[in-house]
Amino acid sequence: MQPFSKLTGLVAPVDRVNVDTDAIIPKQFLKRIERSGFGQFLFYEWRFDEQGSTIPEFNLNKPRYQGASVLISRANFGCGSSREHAPWAILDYGFRVVIAPSFADIFYNNCFKNGILPIKLSEEQVEELFQRTDAKEGYELTVDLENKVVSDADGLSIPFELDEHRRQFLLLGLDDIGLTLQHADEIAAYEAKYASRLANSF
Amino acid sequence: MRSTIRKRDYYGVNMMSKQTMFEKIWNNHVIHSETGKPSILYIDLHLVHEVTSPQAFEGLRLSGRKVRRPDLTFATMDHNVPTKDRFNIKDPISKQQVDTLTANCQEFGVKLYDLNTIDQGVVHVMGPELGLTHPGKTIVCGDSHTSTHGAFGALAFGIGTSEVEHVLATQCLQQAKPKTMEVRFVGNRPAGITAKDLILGLIAKYGTDFATGYVIEYTGQAIRDLSMEERMTVCNMSIEGGARAGLIAPDETTFNYLRGREYAPQGEAYDRAVAQWQALCSDEGAVYDTVVELDVESLVPQVTWGTSPGMGTGITSSVPYPDRLQTENERKAAEKALEYMDLKPGTPMSDIPIDYVFIGSCTNGRIEDLRAAAAVAKGHKVSPNVTAIVVPGSGRVKIQAEKEGLDAVFTAAGFEWRDAGCSMCLAMNPDVLQPGQRCASTSNRNFEGRQGRGGRTHLVSPEMAAAAAIKGKFTDVRNWEFKTEATA
Repeated sequence: MQPFSKLTGLVAPVDRVNVDTDAIIPKQFLKRIERSGFGQFLFYEWRFDEQGSTIPEFNLNKPRYQGASVLISRANFGCGSSREHAPWAILDYGFRVVIAPSFADIFYNNCFKNGILPIKLSEEQVEELFQRTDAKEGYELTVDLENKVVSDADGLSIPFELDEHRRQFLLLGLDDIGLTLQHADEIAAYEAKYASRLANSF
Repeated sequence: MRSTIRKRDYYGVNMMSKQTMFEKIWNNHVIHSETGKPSILYIDLHLVHEVTSPQAFEGLRLSGRKVRRPDLTFATMDHNVPTKDRFNIKDPISKQQVDTLTANCQEFGVKLYDLNTIDQGVVHVMGPELGLTHPGKTIVCGDSHTSTHGAFGALAFGIGTSEVEHVLATQCLQQAKPKTMEVRFVGNRPAGITAKDLILGLIAKYGTDFATGYVIEYTGQAIRDLSMEERMTVCNMSIEGGARAGLIAPDETTFNYLRGREYAPQGEAYDRAVAQWQALCSDEGAVYDTVVELDVESLVPQVTWGTSPGMGTGITSSVPYPDRLQTENERKAAEKALEYMDLKPGTPMSDIPIDYVFIGSCTNGRIEDLRAAAAVAKGHKVSPNVTAIVVPGSGRVKIQAEKEGLDAVFTAAGFEWRDAGCSMCLAMNPDVLQPGQRCASTSNRNFEGRQGRGGRTHLVSPEMAAAAAIKGKFTDVRNWEFKTEATA
């Protein structure tokens, strides 16, 4: 996994509550057996009409938001299915940070497995970011994971909360399967202790 | 002396021992914990399907790892499977995904229930049917509706593909401990109110993220009175309220359901298991982090009007006026939803005409669901403007339904009788709505495009779906004219 420490990037807004995983990556694109190449399908039904033509009003299609790496949205982002295709599409499109007032649990967890930093800010702080993004073409945010601060060039500076383990995990780009396997003895001991239950004989 | 002991018992052991069912299951499965880090949790059962597993198996191959416990891992194919002419998967990418699962299960030694077995079906129908789902187990699957299995008092939750790989490789997961919530259903369930109405009513009242970060335990007389399959319907949609998982304490209903099933403990082992399972129930006086209540007696049959499962109301109500909602975000979301759904505020729910009916899915594709829908359909005819399909949740459900003659009731009424699969719950297979089509669906999500691009989904119970198929619009099934004879 690609580590994350600090990033300065263009901000793109998706101004909706309850952005669900079917919107992030519609199910017809879940049939691939690879992890890569999902970015082209991100928000597909909002970006393209039924004929496959670009819908110019959708923010990600506007020239001013091309190349964005910070996505801002509203509450309960990523609700719905457990599909990791959602963060894969977000990452493959070019986003490394998603900022919203709240996230659905499974999506939030999936982000960290893929080097994406989801940041929870208050409704008011997110509203402020929406206004600043709207007001200034080329609006950028700097996201500093080391110090847990989101800032811009105009003096805005917002500290954010993040579980320390998750922070370390992203900073170092750790392989969590490897971490669990460091406890192989404890796993084996558990399996031995509960062998009869696991074998259904109780 | 005696009083000292009592005091210590009171403040020590007794107080400490008042645990919720979730805490008991959690503590039984933590193999390692450190302050400030997620716990390492042992997983007793891993269910696998074709959509969220290929990249996980590929990860194992790339790192030279094996499946640690193939004996605790079971797979089936459901999302991509056609429900007619099922062996002929025409979409080459769908076919590749199904074939990839077959190859992966062979290579890694995982038991697969494929299209040639009668057990194949929607993964959350199949698991309980085989008796794989037990009280007290930790159960995961790369699918958010894994919460279904909580109906047995198992801690069951959906995971992403990276975690699928993690469980395949280690039989463990790193998990931060969720908070606990009691959802108390108050009162007795009135006639004509289904399990689906309980959970839709709950989400309509509290929203789609009220339980984010929590594991729910459903309690109350209305829950105790539910059959095992009805409990699965309730727990299935826990995720639609944002919950990590939803649990119901095991009781005689649970033990009777499980007894004799293929993967249930057999003979005397079953009695020993039941004794352990009975001890899982939350202790009297155990404290939950949050408690919410729902008055069951005032519920009416539910229908959703919007593009989020929380956007729902009773059949006796009308499409809401967005400008009367509380917050700006709610108003904007409701306006967008009504635009997508092509509905006008103030329209009575019972005036909304439909084009399609889908009865099936991991929420409502079990035998009792089909019985309930067939009872409504019997002796009636599907409206000429409506296409209605009935999709059994598994091969076994299909066989049982045919034994009882339900298929004949459905086909006589003009419903199509299909093979098992996820079908129109999500449009990954040929069962897809056309743009603009409006569907009464017994599934769990009414998101934009969920049943096909431009498709409009209204979530309802199987009874309400069958009644809508016949009337051509939503109707209050409590006033239904049940017929005992099928039409000739």
